[in-house]
Amino acid sequence: MKNSVYLTVYVRLYANTKNYIGGVDMNNKNQLSIKSIVAIGIGAALFFVLGRFVAIPSPVPNTTINIQYGILGVFSIIYGPVVGILTGFIGHTLIDLSWGSPWWSWIIASGVFGLIAGLAKKNINIESGNFGGKQIAAFNIFQVLGHVAAWVVVAPVLDILIYNEPVEKLFAQGAFAAVSNSISTAIVGTIILVAYAKTRTKEGSLNKEN
Amino acid sequence: MKEPMIVFENFGYKYRSQAEPTVTDINLTIRKGERVIIVGPSGCGKSTLAHCLNGLNPFSYPGEIMGSLKICGHETKEMGIFGLSKYVGTVLQDTDGQFIGMTVLEDIAFAMENDLVEHEELKKRTLAEAKKVHLLEKIDAAPHALSGGQKQRVSLAGVLVNRVPILLFDEPLANLDPASGKEAMELIDEIQKETDTTVVIIEHRLEDALHMGADRIVLMQEGKIVCDATPSQLFATDMLEKAGIREPLYITALKYAGVELTADMPLQRIQELTLSDKQKEKVREWFYQEQWTLPKAEEKQLLSVENISFGYVEKTYNLYDVNFQVFEGEMTSIVGKNGAGKSTLAKLLCGFEKQNKGIIRLRGKDITEDNIKERAKTIGYVMQNPNQMISKPMIFEEVALSLEVAHVPKEEIQERVYKALKICGLYEFRNWPISALSYGQKKRVTIASILVQNPKVLILDEPTAGQDFRHYTEIMEFLKELNRQGITVLMITHDMHLMLEYTNRCLVFSDGHLISDTTPVELFTDKDLLEKANLKETSLFELANMCGLPPKEYIDKFIVYDRNLRSGKEEA
Amino acid sequence: MSAILSYVERDSVIHKMTGTTKLFFFLFWSIAAMITYDTRVLVGMFLLGCVFFKISKLKWSEISFALIFMFTLMAINIIGIYVFAPEQGVEIYGTRHVLTELFWKYSITTEQLFYMFNFLMKYMAVIPVALLFIMTTNPSEFAASMNKIGISYRVGYAVAIALRYIPDVQRDYREISQAQQARGISLGKEEKTLDRIKNSAAILFPLVLSSIQRIETISNAMELRGFGKHKKRTWIMERPMVKRDYIGITLGAVVMIISITMMFVNGGRYFNPFI
Repeated sequence: MKNSVYLTVYVRLYANTKNYIGGVDMNNKNQLSIKSIVAIGIGAALFFVLGRFVAIPSPVPNTTINIQYGILGVFSIIYGPVVGILTGFIGHTLIDLSWGSPWWSWIIASGVFGLIAGLAKKNINIESGNFGGKQIAAFNIFQVLGHVAAWVVVAPVLDILIYNEPVEKLFAQGAFAAVSNSISTAIVGTIILVAYAKTRTKEGSLNKEN
Repeated sequence: MKEPMIVFENFGYKYRSQAEPTVTDINLTIRKGERVIIVGPSGCGKSTLAHCLNGLNPFSYPGEIMGSLKICGHETKEMGIFGLSKYVGTVLQDTDGQFIGMTVLEDIAFAMENDLVEHEELKKRTLAEAKKVHLLEKIDAAPHALSGGQKQRVSLAGVLVNRVPILLFDEPLANLDPASGKEAMELIDEIQKETDTTVVIIEHRLEDALHMGADRIVLMQEGKIVCDATPSQLFATDMLEKAGIREPLYITALKYAGVELTADMPLQRIQELTLSDKQKEKVREWFYQEQWTLPKAEEKQLLSVENISFGYVEKTYNLYDVNFQVFEGEMTSIVGKNGAGKSTLAKLLCGFEKQNKGIIRLRGKDITEDNIKERAKTIGYVMQNPNQMISKPMIFEEVALSLEVAHVPKEEIQERVYKALKICGLYEFRNWPISALSYGQKKRVTIASILVQNPKVLILDEPTAGQDFRHYTEIMEFLKELNRQGITVLMITHDMHLMLEYTNRCLVFSDGHLISDTTPVELFTDKDLLEKANLKETSLFELANMCGLPPKEYIDKFIVYDRNLRSGKEEA
Repeated sequence: MSAILSYVERDSVIHKMTGTTKLFFFLFWSIAAMITYDTRVLVGMFLLGCVFFKISKLKWSEISFALIFMFTLMAINIIGIYVFAPEQGVEIYGTRHVLTELFWKYSITTEQLFYMFNFLMKYMAVIPVALLFIMTTNPSEFAASMNKIGISYRVGYAVAIALRYIPDVQRDYREISQAQQARGISLGKEEKTLDRIKNSAAILFPLVLSSIQRIETISNAMELRGFGKHKKRTWIMERPMVKRDYIGITLGAVVMIISITMMFVNGGRYFNPFI
């Protein structure tokens, strides 16, 4: 019986995601703008290339550092949460498909990370060139929350529902992913956003020096 | 008089983010079937004007329209971007960015798909357009299997499907080699004649754009139209030179010879030009003046490339058995079609890839086994687009980067960075953010960030691509100065002016073979070689023939004269 | 560049099916495999998948690297499961048949082996069909197919753009990273982990800036050619559905229905041979 409860929850979750993806346009008057569509496409291509071809060795043997989440965080801040969720979802799906089979639980988790990281956009107006201590903190709080939600909540819960994998294993795995992804996102994302913000500043008073 | 298609009346445009209008006082009428070229230095507002024509202004880049712009009788501010796309078809400069489809077929069909054209008709019309631009046999090709010229033809077909009365080209030649550029202009010519379309071309490569002939040239400067005249009228003045736009070479040559140009002469194309005996005599007189010669470089061997072969995939080589030497203090161009092996050669020299066979020596020492980092200390590589190299927001940080990661002591870093910045004329900007710099200055930052490692050789990929005459001159004079200070310069380029004006030697590649190691003059008088390298003849060749002068010697004389004039100007 | 799965052109009935059919089929099949833990259904799906693979005329050598990768991943997963939860099977099936006692809390039980076998089969049931979907569907058809099954064409086009620009982004990455390596920026083992991540930002920053530039150009080009003008759009790569497509979709639906039905038959997701 326990399992059929899981099933309904799972089906509902699955349906919700599907509905959301399909529904941005139909249920909502503010449809995806052309720029958002293109940002999702190019962001997913970046996510794919970094996740699939760039292997930066991590201190743990046989694992690599996922720098693609740093870029996803940056895109979420620049283009917002809707672009974030779809970029993560599509980019991760493409990576998995290129290996042979999609791991839906982790794909959805990538989308959740993009979504939550993008929620920080409300506190950060990167285009104004203002990215100081407060904004750095906001970005990092949301990205860490995003990683925790994705890898310690969403991915394991879905894995339990779909595969009935042991809880202990999933949470150990998830905690490791959340910690390592948070660190790489913190470094890569922060450096890039700080540099990006500086390209947006209109310098009014630059003087030549001798 | 034919009906007016485009009418600007006291038109101006101010971007929302800017305090001052970018273009003002525009009064311009373009009629049905006219061909108009809009020229002007970077930042003169010609792109803004183009964006006003196709609706990107104000609908994508918000701003305020002053006065009126009517297209086919409709006020544009009331039309919207989709409404305008029924009248104006735009071909952009970036051949990859506008190729949205995964194949030629899909890209041509794109606009019709958005217009809900149904399947049978969709297919039929797509194929018809592909045929018009001679791409039917490439219909299933992906963009990376096409040359720049072919991609541009796809984009052209992609806007032709809308059967628009106005075609707008935004710097169509910027990314094409001379031969493809010539083909592109011929195709536009053909289509214009067939359909009596109005054609507006924004371009600073004036001589190449004029290959198809133009009714009028509109010269813009600082947001205003300063001249709206026929090509002959314009060439008879010195307005182009003053605006920093390059005149066609034969016009410059005639002016050097002291031939007086008047608006009633057919000046717009060398093929149409007729000179009187008196004028020809003037050109001959100039030719037989006292000869100047260029100082010969000392032939001290620096780099030696011996029997190099390389392929990304086993058994298919991108370079076959390449042999050549580079001498100290040279300034040499590497030319050839896309995919001829030029970039591959640069990658091998820098150690980005490793050759399958052969040896590379530096001053006699075998450096084949040196890795990227070690190579970089003697051979520096500068990418085409400075934005792809800049990884720090501030100038000092950017130039210091390679030293910082090598853990060079702080004082030494500062000393070396300052030295590189001084050479590059950027010292006074050292604490500026890079985003505040112009394109040419950014290019110099990337060069400074390479120079800080003290290389002997600089390899530059298309150092002047897409730049107007002023930036071209700025970048090239800077490279010449570096060269004078002892740095050997190799440049991968399609730019014929660059080869003629700045290099003494050309390495010509074709299908992975080094087919010629020659001088620019020899190259530009060898039809066969030009064709293999996707270059085209210079108009000086025809001018020499017209005046009964030996082309080779004439071009040689022109180059020497021109260079001396430049360095004279510089000293003055 | 490492090997990567992509579309392979062949003349087979599966290739001839429309992308929409294959997308539907793949979705039904995935849902079926995710829902059920019934060994008989999973094994049946796996065998059926292998038959389809045979029909598609794809070659073993074209997928071997992917299989090796996936098996490695599954092996790690299986080991992980055993290390963390050696009694997971016992918990699920409610009985305990010990084969051998090992040490501490670890012993080998029939239930655990059966659970791990089922876990493996859950992947194995999907893999052949996933491979088929990837390798027999022309990427040009993806967007049209997604639109056809009810996803907004705007999202479909985002996928199309991703597929179109992957090679360009890859080339950019390669060129930028080579130029940065020449400046001594390394992502290799000779650097400390934190430095490696920091160094990667020096490559990613120019990549992000050029990507933003590219987004600008592409959206202008799309807008100028009327993208988003209507609520719908047509697709030149869309093909009409014929009999074999309806058969395909029905087959996928039937498998999903069986999977759901078996859940009621078994009174849960599991097929339990132990009671």
